[in-house]
Amino acid sequence: MSSDSKPTLQPASGDEDRVPESTAEKPQAGHPRWKDLGFSLKRLLKNPLTIIGLTIILFFVFLAIFAPILAPPPRPTDPFLMPHKGWKIAPSPPSKDAPLGTLPSQYDILYGVIWGARSAFKIGVLVVMANMVMGIILGSLAGYFGGLIDEIIMRITDIFYAIPLLVMGMAMVVALGRGLTSITIVLIILGWPTYTRVIRSEVLVIRDMDYIQAARASGSSHLRILLKHVLPNSIFSVIIVGSMRIGITVLIAAALSFLGLGSDAGYADWGQMVSTCRNWIVGPADNRLGYWYVVFIPGFVIALFVLGWNLLGDAIRDVFDPKMRRR
Amino acid sequence: MEKLIETRELYTDFYTFEGVVKALNGVSVVVNQGETYGLVGESGCGKSVTVRSMMRIVQSPGKIVDGKILLFFREADRSKGIDILKRSETYMISMRGDDISMIFQEASTSLNPVMSIGYQVGESFYFHRLAQMLELTVKELEEEIPRAKFFLVKGWKRIQRGLFRRELGRLTRYSAEIDRIDEQLYQLEDQEDPQSVRKKVLLNRHRDRLREKDGLVQFVRRVPFLRRYYRRLDRTVKNQVVDLLRSLGVSNPDRIVDGHPHELSGGMQQRIVIAIALACHPIMLIADEPTSNLDVTIQAQIIDLIKTLKETTIASVLFITHDLGLVAEICDRASVMYCGDVCETADVKTIFHDPLHPYTKGLLESVPKAEQVETLSTIPGVVPNLVDPPSGCRFHPRCPHTMDICLETKPPTIEYAPGHYVACYLYMDNER
Amino acid sequence: MKQHLIDIRQLKKYYAVRGGVFRRHIADVKAVDGVDMKIEKGECLGLVGESGCGKTTLGKTILRLHDSTAGRIYMEQPQEKIEELEQLLGGSLSDGRQRAASMLKTMDITKFRGKRLLDLRQKVQIVFQDPSNSLSPRMLVKHIVAEPLVSQRLIKANEIEGRVLELLEKVGLGKTHMMRYPHEFSGGQRQRIAIARALATNPQFIMMDEPTSALDVSVQAQILNLLKKLQSDFDLTYLFVTHHLLVVKYTSERIAVMYLGKIVELSETQELFAKPLHPYTKALLSAIPIPDPDTGRERIILTGDVPNPVNPPRACRFHPRCPYAEDICREVEPQFEEAATGHVVACHRWKEI
Repeated sequence: MSSDSKPTLQPASGDEDRVPESTAEKPQAGHPRWKDLGFSLKRLLKNPLTIIGLTIILFFVFLAIFAPILAPPPRPTDPFLMPHKGWKIAPSPPSKDAPLGTLPSQYDILYGVIWGARSAFKIGVLVVMANMVMGIILGSLAGYFGGLIDEIIMRITDIFYAIPLLVMGMAMVVALGRGLTSITIVLIILGWPTYTRVIRSEVLVIRDMDYIQAARASGSSHLRILLKHVLPNSIFSVIIVGSMRIGITVLIAAALSFLGLGSDAGYADWGQMVSTCRNWIVGPADNRLGYWYVVFIPGFVIALFVLGWNLLGDAIRDVFDPKMRRR
Repeated sequence: MEKLIETRELYTDFYTFEGVVKALNGVSVVVNQGETYGLVGESGCGKSVTVRSMMRIVQSPGKIVDGKILLFFREADRSKGIDILKRSETYMISMRGDDISMIFQEASTSLNPVMSIGYQVGESFYFHRLAQMLELTVKELEEEIPRAKFFLVKGWKRIQRGLFRRELGRLTRYSAEIDRIDEQLYQLEDQEDPQSVRKKVLLNRHRDRLREKDGLVQFVRRVPFLRRYYRRLDRTVKNQVVDLLRSLGVSNPDRIVDGHPHELSGGMQQRIVIAIALACHPIMLIADEPTSNLDVTIQAQIIDLIKTLKETTIASVLFITHDLGLVAEICDRASVMYCGDVCETADVKTIFHDPLHPYTKGLLESVPKAEQVETLSTIPGVVPNLVDPPSGCRFHPRCPHTMDICLETKPPTIEYAPGHYVACYLYMDNER
Repeated sequence: MKQHLIDIRQLKKYYAVRGGVFRRHIADVKAVDGVDMKIEKGECLGLVGESGCGKTTLGKTILRLHDSTAGRIYMEQPQEKIEELEQLLGGSLSDGRQRAASMLKTMDITKFRGKRLLDLRQKVQIVFQDPSNSLSPRMLVKHIVAEPLVSQRLIKANEIEGRVLELLEKVGLGKTHMMRYPHEFSGGQRQRIAIARALATNPQFIMMDEPTSALDVSVQAQILNLLKKLQSDFDLTYLFVTHHLLVVKYTSERIAVMYLGKIVELSETQELFAKPLHPYTKALLSAIPIPDPDTGRERIILTGDVPNPVNPPRACRFHPRCPYAEDICREVEPQFEEAATGHVVACHRWKEI
């Protein structure tokens, strides 16, 4: 085997050093951010549970948006006051007049369910948004700067965790009066620690990554690093937690209403509806389940709402969680 | 040289979200007895997948889809070899750690952080050498019983001895039967008619059942106070572990045995991993880049250790690496892999002095060497995506000598010289 | 007097170890423990050592990614002023020390703040080890490469695209790579993006923190060739930190060997490989696997593990593992001795070994 009969490899010239454009992936039309989003949405819709969750939520959105058409308010200035036909105390079963039955004092359940969707969204979205903003600010500051700032913020978080919901709720009601506003304020004040902790743990991981150090070496200020590097990479976990908590928030608000801290009787809010039925959960001796619709229907609607948001939150997590992305 | 393990046209695919990754494209590797065999290649070339397929521990979503893996461990298998792709998982479990052992790259993740080191090394003894351990314990008890003074102590030791003897008896009785079943399975190996297949399934099932523990022993192991009798066996195993660690150059083995992995340095952890792998004197050791994460001086220690062990304990080593220096250092023969294909196989001197395949040549020239060079030559292009690999020879887009035929079909492996195999169309005419 | 690009004097970086209920200061991790080094303009200085020796910390301290505990780093300062300042610092006159303090504020990198620090960031840059970690996953390549320019306000918004394209072409990438996310690229391509980012502000000094350790062998060759070409094209100075001795042999003109926070030997590349003087250097060189089956060289296998920088041994740090250690090595810390021109070694017994 003579050596000159075998072909030899040429040393690399300058051209061979270029990465050939064809080996890079084929460019598709559109800005890469939209492409990324499209990819995520497609994955989102492949999961059957997602479809169910999405349907449920869309159903409620539909109810909330088209409430004036589906259930015309008797008093246009204050649509949240439920109409009542008659003054009988005991609730009436479902009939032609009131398809889902009525509450004590003849408030129409169907009306309450439809307009209650609006209240639910209002409470849920408002509380979660406010909490997310508070949590993100505090959590990222605590995680990024560490040291004394971290300690202080974390101790404050611990304090707020320890405040019992019910006691705070009652205090709020005493101070501000009954109503959904008080409940919303209570939930905002007590709900932010969870988000703070979630973001802080994500930021702690990101803080030691090379690209943060690279940004510092590039001369970026801390604010710039937080906004452009830390938050975009850590925000998904908060979004996931937030989406799951919308349902839970509504549930807690309903619980507080049930205990009497919410609005007055006759206000279109699901928790409120269950609250007025406290005395009617079990019927008279010969007809124990006579008033089932009074508790079951609003309760079922609440459960459905929470289920929808949980499924949606699960699906969002499955798609956006970077660890599970490439399954 | 006697063959030890052979893969023939092995195809392994990974069914991922992006598509089917054709990781192995007909890999044929032969490891002989008594040699250190190197599998060289860059990341993604399939060397880890090959050895994991050999031990049938390919991670999901991977599956071995075609080919044969033949073992020639025992004298009886000399002619044909056992195709382990046809055996049950229990058979593989009994083989792993006993006949073939594997050590991995990250020593810190190979060890369980909450278990003591003694327990982890002892696991091999419990699983594969239970009969031996039981015998040792019974012998020790036999010597202690006459010397024991108190009646209670003597009685307790007698109970221990009795239970251990029972377990030992069952094991010895059934090991002969398991060997007989293995023999029958070996005879029926290649027969695919429905009757034989059914018989094979029944035999496998019977074999698996025989390996379960004895009823009385299992019962006693559950009784709250009596089950302490088993601690006697733990002590025997621990002594064995301490001896093993001492022979591997671990200082203060008695203290380390009770400690945990995080208390040790990287080099020590890798020694523990090697101890676990070698506890039962396997016939072959597979090392998957064991020193890539270690410092250079520690790497030298571990390589030295493996070299010493090869002369004393293990006969054959299958060494995977991407570092050509290590290959030159400890391997006798080596295969160069690229993208799931084996490009070239030869003994180490030939690979370095007389490389044939263009990829081997490119690799050798792009590695920084001891002599001073002006510029390193490179292999142009990038490693292709294995979901959509290049047609024919997978190296053709980056090869400076591509011909038309290279795009059509995969080049067959030919023997260019005795012991020197290459898969390239450039050498088709020179075949002897 | 000879002007150096970077002059490091007695640099120390300690990490405090806090323990106990009240988090008291128990001990220090002495990552860098008194390093003197000079880097010349236009050279590639290799810095080698094993894990825990402090090479990465040293480099990052030059970049002000870590704040030093003690010591001075001078960049592009006139040599006479440096000597004067060092004398003042060593002296005992109180007004001398006051003058020194005010001079340090303008001359010593470790004391820079505000605008001076930002100016420094334009001149020194870094390329990290793991390209999958050093590029922000949710930023487009264009923004990643332009970030230094934008942060330091060196460029107008409409010029960004042109400049980024220019930089990408210098490293062998193209226009189609600009509007993509880092995870769409291979390891070698990502490292090229990181190099383009380092070149963005036309720096003078780039620290390479194991730039090819996370890459495949064939890609490594491409990147090393690219780095060499860029160095000659743009008259850059490199500090090449790595543990891979053959790589540093290919790229660097001088090599410094570090062990446990101190430099033990510094010399020109050829000289270091031909005549290593320090026992640690000898062991290191004999331990590297050479891709040649016929070398048949004698390997020096060191006993013991790489020690912990929390409690470094007294005097010569290498003495517990050194096969030639004697009493003097356990008592007195070795200073730099000049063995040949440009070849310094810190060992008591280098002449005899």
